[in-house]
Amino acid sequence: MIYLDNAATTKVSEEVFEAMKPYFCELYANPSGIYSFAGRSMKAVNEARKSIADLIGAQPNEIYFTAGGSESDNWAVKAAAEFCRTGGKHIITSTIEHHAVLHTCQYLEKQGYEVTYVDVDEYGVIKLDELEAAVRQDTILITVMAANNEIGTIQPIKEIGALARKNGILFHTDAVQAYGHIPLNVDELGIDMLSASGHKFHGPKGIGFLYIRKGVRIGSFVHGGAQERSRRAGTLNTPGIVGIGAAARLAADGIQERMEKETALRDYLIRRVLGEIPYSRLNGHRTDRLPNNANFCFRFIEGESLLILLDQQGICASSGSACTSGSLDPSHVLLAIGLPHETAHGSLRLTLSEETTKEDIDQTVEAVKRIVERLRSMSPLYEDFMKKDQKKEV
Amino acid sequence: MYSEKVMDHFSNPRNVGEIEHPSGVGTVGNAKCGDIMRMYLDIDDKGIIQEAKFKTFGCGAAVATSSMATELVKGKTVQQALEVTNKAVMEALDGLPPVKVHCSLLAEEAIHAALWDYAEKNNITIEGLEKPVDDIEEKIEEEY
Repeated sequence: MIYLDNAATTKVSEEVFEAMKPYFCELYANPSGIYSFAGRSMKAVNEARKSIADLIGAQPNEIYFTAGGSESDNWAVKAAAEFCRTGGKHIITSTIEHHAVLHTCQYLEKQGYEVTYVDVDEYGVIKLDELEAAVRQDTILITVMAANNEIGTIQPIKEIGALARKNGILFHTDAVQAYGHIPLNVDELGIDMLSASGHKFHGPKGIGFLYIRKGVRIGSFVHGGAQERSRRAGTLNTPGIVGIGAAARLAADGIQERMEKETALRDYLIRRVLGEIPYSRLNGHRTDRLPNNANFCFRFIEGESLLILLDQQGICASSGSACTSGSLDPSHVLLAIGLPHETAHGSLRLTLSEETTKEDIDQTVEAVKRIVERLRSMSPLYEDFMKKDQKKEV
Repeated sequence: MYSEKVMDHFSNPRNVGEIEHPSGVGTVGNAKCGDIMRMYLDIDDKGIIQEAKFKTFGCGAAVATSSMATELVKGKTVQQALEVTNKAVMEALDGLPPVKVHCSLLAEEAIHAALWDYAEKNNITIEGLEKPVDDIEEKIEEEY
């Protein structure tokens, strides 16, 4: 099997799994207990909290554990909106956010908030001038993702952070795809809140965190206990927390080397696909993109068909086609970068990991080439296109 | 999520291709929703469908329903072909996931579109055949 869907989830590292193991059957205490048995669990939780904070230049007491990225996004956006309500009811976000942010914004609109969805350019980079123009007296929150989950484009977070700070607006970033993959520093980037999820960087599923800058006053999300400084109640998920902490330490180790390795392989993949498959295009920014993300469109074919045939070759990938989203519309991200519907239906996302080899990539490119050719041979759109093309040549 | 029959017809689609000088050809669906089917029919003097071919842009279910639809109409009279409904196609494939039902409607519509073209070319009326809609989504919205 060749696994190229690391943006969906990653394999838990052996080291992470080993670190977690004792916290199921041996050190199973509720870390909040008063006895020394519980103290050992709390110590492990605190160590994890520090590893996680270190990776983004934060303080451990600014890290709040959650059940994952979606919860963190929901908390940040809803609680900020609620808490800042007296200051205004206007929120700014982008058109290409993850649904955890977009749907939360839509929910808030129903509650009477106003949301501006700032457009992106053809590479998926937010239009900074439009963002600046969207700022109002009553804007209370800007939430823009650090890097896009589909097309991998990295956003100008530093500029957005500076703009938010200048205007006294809270700035939240969904860093679920970026944390552990590219360097992020909350002070340098002017980030007030940051969401991340363990399973996107070789940690376990079901654990994530929200970074909340000290002094940022937003309310609790889950009520019912004193955990996480009373901001997020619920017994601490000790194994999960130990796991995400170990994953953060591993991610921090050699992040530069890993980025270089993944970027080289990614660029090799992009070069081969664009060079060897006609009527293909790269989605997202050519260079300002996550080191492990490649996203293509192949005209005249549909993504789900491509995925099933890749699966039959033992290759796991994903697509932004309607058929994979469960609706009739293709990915909102691909439409936002200006792709026509029929092109957006033929997208393929390949996301690598540190373990991906050149052989994996070669095998994948060969498979994609064969499959695209096969699907085009049965595509009425391709038939029409070729007939038109031949007429032109005559 | 797909039945074995759907996977079989998707992986080894029957009757893919074109017919040169077809008796009737019809294209339905739109690229916006992600499915386009084109069906070619070769119909003899006695009104029997001798050959059916298709080309489809779409998901696994779209390909499988096209493939099955061509299989079901082959050897049938024009009137019998009209009875190949989306339900018949779905049953022959051992069912489709609910979100893919529209693919089977598209297959039915593709048969109708090809028959409509045949009728127009030959200046005949096929009893029970209505002019196919260009945009299948409109019809789906009406029905569901």
